[in-house]
Amino acid sequence: MRNWTFWITAAAVGIVFLVLSRVFFTNEYYFFAAYVVLQYIVLSTAWNILGGYTGYINFGTGAFFAIGAYSSAVLHKMPALTEAWFGIHTPPIPLPVMMLVGGIVSGVLGLGTGYLTLRLRGVFFAIATLALTVVVQTLIVNWDYVGGSRGIYIIRPADAPLGGGYIQYLYTLMLVLAVIAVGIARTIERSTLGLGFAAIRDDEQAAEAAGVPTLRLKLIATTLSGALMGMAGAPLPYYVTYLDPASSFNLAYAVNSVAMPVIGGMTSWIGPVIGSILLGTIQQLATVTISSALNLLIVGLLLIGFVIIAPNGIVGLVRARRRKRAGALEALAQERTA
Amino acid sequence: MSERPLLSVPLLSVNGLGKRFGGFVALDNIELSVAAGERLGLIGPNGSGKSTLVNCLCGTLHNETGSVLFDGQKLDGLIAHQRTRLGLARSFQLPKPFHTLSLVDNLRVPLIYAVNARPGPHLSLAEVETRCHELLRQVGLADKARRLPRDLTQVEMRKLELARAVATQPRLLFADEAMAGLSPTEVEEIIAVLLRLNEEGITIVLIEHIMRAVMSFSTRLVVLVAGQKIADGLPQDVVRNPEVERAYLGE
Repeated sequence: MRNWTFWITAAAVGIVFLVLSRVFFTNEYYFFAAYVVLQYIVLSTAWNILGGYTGYINFGTGAFFAIGAYSSAVLHKMPALTEAWFGIHTPPIPLPVMMLVGGIVSGVLGLGTGYLTLRLRGVFFAIATLALTVVVQTLIVNWDYVGGSRGIYIIRPADAPLGGGYIQYLYTLMLVLAVIAVGIARTIERSTLGLGFAAIRDDEQAAEAAGVPTLRLKLIATTLSGALMGMAGAPLPYYVTYLDPASSFNLAYAVNSVAMPVIGGMTSWIGPVIGSILLGTIQQLATVTISSALNLLIVGLLLIGFVIIAPNGIVGLVRARRRKRAGALEALAQERTA
Repeated sequence: MSERPLLSVPLLSVNGLGKRFGGFVALDNIELSVAAGERLGLIGPNGSGKSTLVNCLCGTLHNETGSVLFDGQKLDGLIAHQRTRLGLARSFQLPKPFHTLSLVDNLRVPLIYAVNARPGPHLSLAEVETRCHELLRQVGLADKARRLPRDLTQVEMRKLELARAVATQPRLLFADEAMAGLSPTEVEEIIAVLLRLNEEGITIVLIEHIMRAVMSFSTRLVVLVAGQKIADGLPQDVVRNPEVERAYLGE
């Protein structure tokens, strides 16, 4: 499929989902649940651009996500600030703009982190990104303007654009973002950029020897990955209406955004999508039917299961089966000609 | 200047190159020049610094002292991919294929990132595709174009490694132990490939332990022992050099 046909198909799928959900989601809760699944599609797709394509395992999803959320919190308080300081009345900033700003801030964070840490490899890079979460969280905890460790209450605007309740609006925005994120991931995968990423993942020295500017490509990956995570985090204050460091920097974001691509398959754009729909839905079901504390246990068990049974995820499993069948057909054809 | 034959201007000249790892001197004041079109054999016992020299010249490692001129241009401070784009290529001692990419895609990487990154006209996508298959045909891997590197035998892996280096359209190629662990007939195959590349105008530096291969391939021989160059000259003279004999056979 060509790139533009994919984009059109993805947009169409998004619109169909949007229409279907407005018809079938009779209870607001469904929007809340679907929002989380969509958010994980964005996070795991973003994670996979760095982790799956270039092979750098990032445990700092929480930091990029929370930076997006907190930049929205700052923007949310901005009109009050300008009013108090300069006496200028400014209208509240629309959420899509906040998402854009959150993306830019997290993208810059990604670029900076990448520049400082990309000389590290393997587990050392993972540890550095984990440390990043701690550093950023410490900064936020000590920043009084956004509530410090007390957290901050965000009051949703009274009426939502696009009709329906505010949660429908959040859901629509996240759906659009998910379509964009998946589209970007797939476009990269089929481009020369994706080829360079794959070369880096397979062997960085050989990639350099083949002329691949590895540092520049890795910086592109960290920036893009960070920016998408930040955009996914930007609507969070309006989703939870109470933003605090402990929950927005939660390790669950990092663990889930690693686990979902691993379970779905890391070499293809569809892997993170499958992984997050599967895992995200199971987690939502478990939260309602059993307990919310069970989530991480499920992730852990599934991860162990997949590492043992299908180390290349669901996509890897399907591909292996297809290759086996192709091999069998080839052997059969050779037998016939012989 | 114009009266001088082009061959006498060295393509690569290494001046006083030194590299240490902590207190260990891996390379000590290496002087070396390689003329365009030459087939240079670089030999020496294990740990004598051959691969370190290649790594320093190709930008994988950085030498502390000395400087390297390639085609009149200073290479000092350039990182590996920039040197590749200037026309220096290498194959690795242990083949490092891109193991999740098909053979065609393995060759597509250098064509897009080295050849197309140079100034001047670029190859179109279709031309890249044709060139990939052409390169695979040259090393006899045409029928495995869509396979993954893990489906290859050891000798095929070495050929892929060479093809990927050649795909960068180099002027100077370092073949780092391209024949280690191969059978005599497979060694012949690789030598034939290297000789043909040399005829096409690529200067080749062959790093090798298999003396039969080195002697039949090289027009000049350089010997490294413990990070120092101890001999440089015609192959038949160099192997009779008493210092070289001592290094290889002991006192």
